[in-house]
Amino acid sequence: MHPITRTILHRLGLGALTLFIVSIVIFVMVLLLPGDFAKAILGQSATPETVQAFQKEIGLDKPAYVRYGNWIAGAVQGDFGKSYTSRVGYTRTVAEIIMPRLANTLFLALMTAFIAVPLALALGILAALHRNSLFDRVVNAVTLSTISMPEFFMAYILMLFLAVKLRLFPGLASVDADTEFFTRIYKCVLPSLTLTLVIVAYMMRMTRAAIINLLASPYIEMARLKGISKARIILRHALPNAWAPIVNVIAFNLAYLIVGVVVVETVFTYPGIGQLMVDAVRTRDMPVVQACALIFAVTYIGLNLTADIISIATNPRLLHPR
Amino acid sequence: MGNDNLKRTARAKGEILLEMRGVMIEGESDDVWHQIVKGIDLTLRRGEVLGLIGESGAGKSTLGVAAMGFARPGCRFNGGTVTFDGIDLLKASDEERRKLRGSRISYVAQSAAAAFNPAHRLIDQTVETETQHGVRSMAESIADAQDLYGRLRLPNPTTIGMRYPHQVSGGQLQRVMTAMAMTCRPDLIIFDEPTTALDVTTQVEVLASIRSIVEEFNTAAIYITHDLAVVAQMAHRIMVLRHGKLVEEALTRDMLAEPKEVYTKSLWAVRKLAKQESTTDDLILQVDHVDAAYGNAVKILDDVSVTVPRGRTVAVVGESGSGKSTLARVVTGLLPPSKGSVKFNGSPLPPALPQRDKESLRRIQMIYQSADTALNPRHRVYDIIGRPLTFYHGLRGKQLDLRISELLKMIELDDSYMDRLPGEISGGQKQRVCIARALAAKPDLIICDEVTSALDQIVQEEILKLLLRLQVEFGISYLFITHDIATVRAIADEIVVMNQGKVVQQGQKTKVLSPPYPAYTELLLSSVPEMDPDWLTNLLQKRQAKAK
Repeated sequence: MHPITRTILHRLGLGALTLFIVSIVIFVMVLLLPGDFAKAILGQSATPETVQAFQKEIGLDKPAYVRYGNWIAGAVQGDFGKSYTSRVGYTRTVAEIIMPRLANTLFLALMTAFIAVPLALALGILAALHRNSLFDRVVNAVTLSTISMPEFFMAYILMLFLAVKLRLFPGLASVDADTEFFTRIYKCVLPSLTLTLVIVAYMMRMTRAAIINLLASPYIEMARLKGISKARIILRHALPNAWAPIVNVIAFNLAYLIVGVVVVETVFTYPGIGQLMVDAVRTRDMPVVQACALIFAVTYIGLNLTADIISIATNPRLLHPR
Repeated sequence: MGNDNLKRTARAKGEILLEMRGVMIEGESDDVWHQIVKGIDLTLRRGEVLGLIGESGAGKSTLGVAAMGFARPGCRFNGGTVTFDGIDLLKASDEERRKLRGSRISYVAQSAAAAFNPAHRLIDQTVETETQHGVRSMAESIADAQDLYGRLRLPNPTTIGMRYPHQVSGGQLQRVMTAMAMTCRPDLIIFDEPTTALDVTTQVEVLASIRSIVEEFNTAAIYITHDLAVVAQMAHRIMVLRHGKLVEEALTRDMLAEPKEVYTKSLWAVRKLAKQESTTDDLILQVDHVDAAYGNAVKILDDVSVTVPRGRTVAVVGESGSGKSTLARVVTGLLPPSKGSVKFNGSPLPPALPQRDKESLRRIQMIYQSADTALNPRHRVYDIIGRPLTFYHGLRGKQLDLRISELLKMIELDDSYMDRLPGEISGGQKQRVCIARALAAKPDLIICDEVTSALDQIVQEEILKLLLRLQVEFGISYLFITHDIATVRAIADEIVVMNQGKVVQQGQKTKVLSPPYPAYTELLLSSVPEMDPDWLTNLLQKRQAKAK
């Protein structure tokens, strides 16, 4: 077997194991949450009989390990069970609650990634190319100040200028299933811009640092003494060796776009998965909470795994063994 | 040979290609600018090979790249002119200089392994210069590169380019780099210690390849090295540099026959140092039929038996990868052998380090090649030497101070060094501190792993003399690992020749160094460059005749 294949399989195995452990942690944490779900949902006036019936209906009477088994077996097949908000004759599955919200979050994350990642790479490369120039300093100063401000503050500033004063974009990003693609993009401009400003600095600074770090290596000096142009030295000689640290930061920030955007969603009243999870915690809709947590875990582990694999695969020593 | 000489002299009469006048270069460290090159004049004619020689810090490499109008990061020109074929390189624009580099002046770096980009195939890097400068099309460039690979006697010239740098050996990589420098048929090539990182046996092939291709294309070259014997093979003319200044300049033969300056003469010195060998049957160390491997991989040591007589020096010689350093790791217990035993003072040593008691640890000490990395940069000399004194002998307070002062005296340093950090003393002094640290334990055996390889000739000699003196005074035995035959002559009583994990022979120095030799010993000894300008030519002829 090619050593790369072996390494990738090994990493995938480790990823699956991590996910398994995280699923147990999620389940146990939910168990440990105080309060009686049935009472919280049925209200204080519920009779013991109705409570018992409800508990039986949602399976709370079974021991924890059985419930975990059922939950995880379902989750693997995409069935996260029924929401506690289901009533007789009116079943709401967790999947149908989460799906549109997840789609919204993914849309915003992808839109932001499409702007932020190329922007960060380009700025990082240019800053490395013109190290210590005015451009470099300005880019560094601006990106540093944008990450130093809290997200909600940034969001309100953008809203004040771009939505209220200049009236360029809508201040609220209220979308639903029927919103058209371009309208959706238009409505998402402000939240996306806020997120871009928050994540671009990390990626840009890592790109710059990774490339500058390599500029001192003998093969870069060799390239300069071969009369290779500055741009080509950076793009062809430095960048291919700088991917490992860069993809790791990118993965980390993409994960943040999915799991950490609740503040931005709230400010712009965007119906994403972050808000959904907060609401579900408030209403004690545990199946939804568990499903959200598991989706977040999959996102984190999956993206970091991808970054790991990319940084391994861009190492020529592993890609082309002796 | 006569013919060869004639050719070289004739070529040296070309027109002036490179002229450097009063070149000054300064470098920055810790915000202080200090002069590296202090006003050097250099003239090079077409087709001429000029050798630049000097110890590290002499400014020879800085001067070499200055010939390309290039100052390394942290350095800058602060005086003088560099004129290449009528072009003032220091006044030319960045773009003009860039266009000259690689196409008309090219560079061959010291460590090919570091100077090739790990991410790209060799062929892509070889042809990059000419395709980027628009000299030739890609297809023509590739064909030409393959032709050059062949001329440089690389195996499989048509396919070797498809490999990545880590997939070929160091000697091959150095030849690929020479091919890369040749692609645009430059007027001038700067060779910056191109064979320093190679074993002597590999060095011979690379030197031969470089010399023949430079002659073939009548390229002028600046050949930078610290090895006089190597420069004698390559250069028509030699410039000796020291502390950024020119010491002496002469035609190669004249300089070898009759060095004028004291400093130039001193460069020869180590080659004259030779210990009178003596022997004894009293053995301090017996390595008996030892096998060793890292993990489950191939055996690094294969049935190795070596003995060290008490109070004597046994030199272990061999190429990199021959198992010399692994032998040292087995003796010190860092790597337990998979078979065989190690006896010290007649009784067996426990194989692994954790099983050994303090006393047997104390009696075997080690000195490393690179004093830079073997000393903790944040510890002062006092702590470095003091720690083993406290650890092994329980010395504290006044007694400790006294003993440290004594040890410093032994290594010919005074008490003022106690408070210094390793960064504040010279390379030779650092190695002395390492020696004092080993001495502090009062060992019976010191393992010296290439302890002089990173030092300059003159400093090397001082360290070797110090080691010899300490041996006489304290009766210490040395297991001295080296690849340098001159060092072996200087210090050894006995020699062990190793090749591919096996002992080729062990015997008294004079016996091993005189015929008849086993085949490998002969190859190794004959590959050591000699201070004779015709050595390489003769050797190649001899080997060719033998092959037939």
